[in-house]
Amino acid sequence: MNTNVTAGDTPAGMNTTRRRLPPELNIFFVLIGIALVFEVLGWIFAGQSFLMNKQRLTIMILQVSVIGIIAIGVTQVIITGGIDLSSGSVVGMTAMIAAGFAQASTWGRVMYPSLTDLPAIIPIGVGLLIGILAGLINGALIAYTRIPPFIATLGMMVSARGVSKWYTKGQPVSGLTDQFSFIGSGIWPVVVFLVVAAVFHIALRYTRYGKFTYAIGANVQAARVSGINVERHLVKVYVVAGMLAGLAGIVTAARAQTAQAGMGVMYELDAIAAAVIGGTSLAGGVGRITGTVIGTVILGVMTSGFTFLRVDAYYQEIIKGAIIVAAVVTDVYRQKKRKV
Amino acid sequence: MISPGTMAAVRASGAVPNSEFLLEAEGVRKAFPGVVALDDVQFKLKRGTVHALMGENGAGKSTLMKILAGIYTPDHGEIRLRGHDIELKSPLDALENGIAMIHQELNLMPFMTVAENIWIRREPKNRFGFVDHGKMRRMTAELFKRLKIDIDPETEVRHLSVASRQMVEIAKAVSYESDVLIMDEPTSALTEREVEHLFEIIRDLRSHGIGIVYITHKMNELFEIADEFSVFRDGKYIGTHASSDVTRDDIIRMMVGREITQMFPKEEVPIGDVVLSVKNLTLKGVFHDVSFDVRAGEILGLAGLVGSGRSNVAETIFGVTPASSGTIEINGKPVDIDSPNTAIRNRMAFLTEDRKDTGCLLILDVLENMQIAVLQDKFVKSGFVQERELSRVCEEMSRKLRVKTPNMYERIENLSGGNQQKVLIGRWLLTNPRILILDEPTRGIDVGAKAEIHRFVTELARDGVAVIMISSELPEVLGMSDRIMVMHEGRATGFLDRAEATQVKVMELAAR
Repeated sequence: MNTNVTAGDTPAGMNTTRRRLPPELNIFFVLIGIALVFEVLGWIFAGQSFLMNKQRLTIMILQVSVIGIIAIGVTQVIITGGIDLSSGSVVGMTAMIAAGFAQASTWGRVMYPSLTDLPAIIPIGVGLLIGILAGLINGALIAYTRIPPFIATLGMMVSARGVSKWYTKGQPVSGLTDQFSFIGSGIWPVVVFLVVAAVFHIALRYTRYGKFTYAIGANVQAARVSGINVERHLVKVYVVAGMLAGLAGIVTAARAQTAQAGMGVMYELDAIAAAVIGGTSLAGGVGRITGTVIGTVILGVMTSGFTFLRVDAYYQEIIKGAIIVAAVVTDVYRQKKRKV
Repeated sequence: MISPGTMAAVRASGAVPNSEFLLEAEGVRKAFPGVVALDDVQFKLKRGTVHALMGENGAGKSTLMKILAGIYTPDHGEIRLRGHDIELKSPLDALENGIAMIHQELNLMPFMTVAENIWIRREPKNRFGFVDHGKMRRMTAELFKRLKIDIDPETEVRHLSVASRQMVEIAKAVSYESDVLIMDEPTSALTEREVEHLFEIIRDLRSHGIGIVYITHKMNELFEIADEFSVFRDGKYIGTHASSDVTRDDIIRMMVGREITQMFPKEEVPIGDVVLSVKNLTLKGVFHDVSFDVRAGEILGLAGLVGSGRSNVAETIFGVTPASSGTIEINGKPVDIDSPNTAIRNRMAFLTEDRKDTGCLLILDVLENMQIAVLQDKFVKSGFVQERELSRVCEEMSRKLRVKTPNMYERIENLSGGNQQKVLIGRWLLTNPRILILDEPTRGIDVGAKAEIHRFVTELARDGVAVIMISSELPEVLGMSDRIMVMHEGRATGFLDRAEATQVKVMELAAR
């Protein structure tokens, strides 16, 4: 891969040249490998197949769909060289606020008695707006005050969690309409996840938005000199991340048919882990949605697999932590090798 | 004062065979990939003298200085300290041998006090092994008294002015009992008064037998403070003289004596109307009242030493650092260029000085690097990049510029410097500019690619593009420009027409 270009090489421009194999291939094999390990362990310890179980496979993906939706936004933020710690809290905040507009009149204690039985589009719209607003604040702080993304989104993480607790003074919001709950039912969360993934895969690969995102992450100075309005673009990326966290909040509330202030706690870290396992570099400029999707599925497979093998929850966390670190170590090693 | 007792006693009593020179370098050679920075160079520093190093940008002064300070190791050659052969392995090694360097960008820790900075790694300890701050303060005060420096040892360095920081650096060097002090353009950020104080200290150090290597671009300083000077040119040693024996003109002649051996593909093309007109452009504290016109088909060379403000003018015209005052007119209409984006919309292009820092998107491929500036409006339909058309255009451009790369999907960091530069030139040509600013377009690239780039520039001028070319290489500026503007310390000191411009004339304006 490390091609030394010498005078003997031919000039560029042959149409026969193609891109190299997609870098996600490696991580895809890791996914297959992990799944096969659980398959083998399954036959040894549980006497049954891990993979040949449709219900398990559905749950496997279902339980990480929300993480996946967030991770798609977080991936874009990380590609610009930033980080978003607020997504988990924004999930909680939007879940609470959206649910407040999604209650059925039949429920005993509704928040807004005059605003019951609204069409689902209203709470969904409100939820997305709340997410966008959170992203706008993050983005504006980062782009225009030049504070580090870590700090700006840490602030949002704490404040948004505060809002979700303050909103009902800690009470859950329940009695949601069937129309609203529908998008959390069955495999709909998976559908939402995959649609979002497809949209942003295309956006990153084929649109100006995507090209600018990578350029800023690769070299912000060069991007600026090349005419990119770096500040405005960063705001856009954080708004997208906020909006997707908002969407994740809506799906979470709909799936649980209730909203609680503690929803989404630590999701931001799972989302970052999914992106990083999927090959997104924290140094910026590198990362793909397909990788993040695979990273998300790996998290799901591990959780399902451990549960299937009845591994103690504590051990699960210990092992998960180790795998995240291993993913980054591999990434660093790969980059080093490339430079030599 | 500077405890000449201890120092002289220790060093004179040693087995030093009464060497006339404090520090000697002979036959020193140092090559970097693609360039020989120093070639068979010699340098001799006498005890108790100030020895200036002179030369154009890239002459090799800095490399030599870094070798003497232990930052670089030479490929060949000998270095003798007080008559003994020595091999300097690191800056610390040099320091412990009595060679201290005062860097241009000062190396102090801003959040530590002056005293802590001076005695770092050597803090006096009390009997419990903790730092004895009282003693450290007294030691600092004593040192400052000897050097006639008036700074409170307890101040945090970040509160000090540049001049005071420099004094602290000097004091630190003296505290190591250094008898060789290397100063890299120490007056570049000082006021006249501060310069006076610095010179007093330098004279005092000199009178105590310390040898000072003094790098400067300023002629008047040379005559004021230096006893001797050595001139370098293109990595070669030209000669050493006593500064009382020569005139300013002699020195300039020694510095620019470079032969113009390269042929430049300059063509005389019809020069059109004024495209870019800059009037009284000022960026506070950086450059002042710069005015010039560039016409269609004209190549305006911008010459001057590093730090003269050449690149800053370019950055301001392109909106990277918008001007504090002054006007920019394009085709006779005043424009407000507040960002590179606006500049590009006005069909300007800017090849920056530092390929790696502000040019290449290193981890992205050739195609992505080439297309990034053109995505503002062309080749984008409702947000979607017209990939097929764009890659065809980029491939065509890269063929035209003869970029050597396996294919368009190769990461740009795997290309050679010259090919990276061609990709960046391609990036700007795709925007179809009418004003092209090139900052050091051929720095650090091989001769072949250099000639090609000169040819592209000539062709662009023929097509009616107004070109501004900044270069530290005088032959390049002289060979390519229709007119040359020379800058010195943030001001335009003169314009020279192609016919009248010579290396000596340019240097006279650049180093007054």
